[in-house]
Amino acid sequence: MNDTDLLAPLLQTVARPPPPSALSNALVFGWRAALKFKHVPEQLFDLVMTPIMFTLLFTFVFGGALAGSTDDYLQQFLPGILVQTVVFNSVYSGMGLSTDLGKGLFDRFRSLPIWPLSPFAGLMVGDVLRHLIAGTIILTIGLLLGYRPEAGFFGVVFAFALLVALGFGMGWIFIVLGLLIRTPTTVMTIGFSFLFPVVFASNIMVDPATMPGWLRAFVDINPVSSMTTAMRGLMGGGASPNQLALSLVAPAVLTVVLAPLTLHLYKKQ
Amino acid sequence: MQGSSASGVTFAVSARGLTKAFGNVRAVDGIDLDVPKGMIFAILGPNGAGKTTLMRMLATLTLPDAGTATIMGHDLSSDPHAVRGSIAMTGQFASLDEDLTGRENLVLLARLWGFRSRAAKQRADELLAAFELTDAAQRQVRTYSGGMHRRLDIAASLIVTPGVLFLDEPTTGLDPKARQGVWRLIRALADAGVTILLTTQYLDEADQLAARIAVIDHGKKIAEGTSRELKAATGSGFLHVTLADPEQLAQATALLEAVLQSSVQRSVEGAVLSIRAGTPKQATDALQALMAAHVELTDFTMGQPSLDEVFFALTAGPKETRPGSAS
Repeated sequence: MNDTDLLAPLLQTVARPPPPSALSNALVFGWRAALKFKHVPEQLFDLVMTPIMFTLLFTFVFGGALAGSTDDYLQQFLPGILVQTVVFNSVYSGMGLSTDLGKGLFDRFRSLPIWPLSPFAGLMVGDVLRHLIAGTIILTIGLLLGYRPEAGFFGVVFAFALLVALGFGMGWIFIVLGLLIRTPTTVMTIGFSFLFPVVFASNIMVDPATMPGWLRAFVDINPVSSMTTAMRGLMGGGASPNQLALSLVAPAVLTVVLAPLTLHLYKKQ
Repeated sequence: MQGSSASGVTFAVSARGLTKAFGNVRAVDGIDLDVPKGMIFAILGPNGAGKTTLMRMLATLTLPDAGTATIMGHDLSSDPHAVRGSIAMTGQFASLDEDLTGRENLVLLARLWGFRSRAAKQRADELLAAFELTDAAQRQVRTYSGGMHRRLDIAASLIVTPGVLFLDEPTTGLDPKARQGVWRLIRALADAGVTILLTTQYLDEADQLAARIAVIDHGKKIAEGTSRELKAATGSGFLHVTLADPEQLAQATALLEAVLQSSVQRSVEGAVLSIRAGTPKQATDALQALMAAHVELTDFTMGQPSLDEVFFALTAGPKETRPGSAS
């Protein structure tokens, strides 16, 4: 099979190229994330099935009862389901990380002379792609069902930019979980048992005015609620700077606290 | 390249007192190691001896609790980035992205080393050709056989020629043919000048490949030397007898131990008994005793101990007979 004759020139001719920049490392990991979509397209199915189901069920089953008509309900619900999609999908990068760590792949990355955080930057790129793809599919379905973004094209563009920022912040929670937990399914179970109450006890599906006082108090401070309010404002027109700032508090805090923690956990392993 | 203490030899890896504990278990307990440049050096030990932990510390993946090491002249604790620039590691579990193709895996790593897009593809193709993976280049790695996995994994370690290549149990889980292939590959790499530090639990692997062997058990180095030195330290001659009737195992063992005043080791797979016999005369006496007791043999040989016997003597035998591990 392999002779010295074959290997020796292979080893001797190659010179180590100049060290790449941190940005270059991060972009390469982003490329890896994009390749995953090419090779494992079925992951998109997981990604959009739940939100599509939610959109159809809530609009047609509960919409009339909750908002008087399905059209009125969809107008309120669609920006919220976009938030829900991004929040739920942030679980996947944690699962992916847990899978990678369970195999030897991260050991190879860690033994390379690269920027230590670049693999995480790659996960983030994957997340952003996921959020954009899933968001576009949900929005398209919404448009087909009769949803109309009153703020027009640019409103939607800004809304998607906000969506990506929200997903970026939420993503850190599951990257930390992915680093701590070695079984991907456990990451998913823990993730969803934490996310379901947070997403349901918000203003995404129902007007909080109908809820008991103690729950309304929680819904009011729930970051998912302020995210949803800001999304409705951006897509429907009339988002206030206050609402936008409020929606970004949780993602900003999560990033500031969890990014250093991620690096610490990663180095400690 | 003979003794590790020879002056003028520069070491690719030099470690002093490396220690790592997990909870109460001292996985690696004060190991010294000197690996001369250009050598295949094997770390031999049973499962759980601390081989992988030792390797991971040297490859900057695990921080040592105590001890120091330099790899290709770079200090492990003060300059891990420079260490990473001069090593490559192939772990026990394939460190490849199963979803990507073989070629994409290599291009990804070449890009991370800093090759530009076109140079990265060219390097990937060179490696694929040399490792006979060109036909499988466009297939997802999850479809590869065990041997192909391992070859691609080693190719991934050669994007930039490393000063030291760490191979953690490079043939565990491979079939005999794939194992031979990996052995040839390792020899060819060493011939091309790469220093190789490998761990193994297979004695024949260490015997076949390595110029020097360090035996570790319970996190401590219990012996080090060439395979010849290790065998010589265990005893000069060994008598190996194969029994015709396994029922007579206990009887034969008792007889051999009585005549030769040593303990018998039984082969894992069956009825081969091995025992230290100082001289051919003593061996003949033992064989005569077996004949007299009507123990039938299908075969007997007199020879050096196998590394198995060395290993068992080192790990199970009394401590004072262990050859010196300092060098």
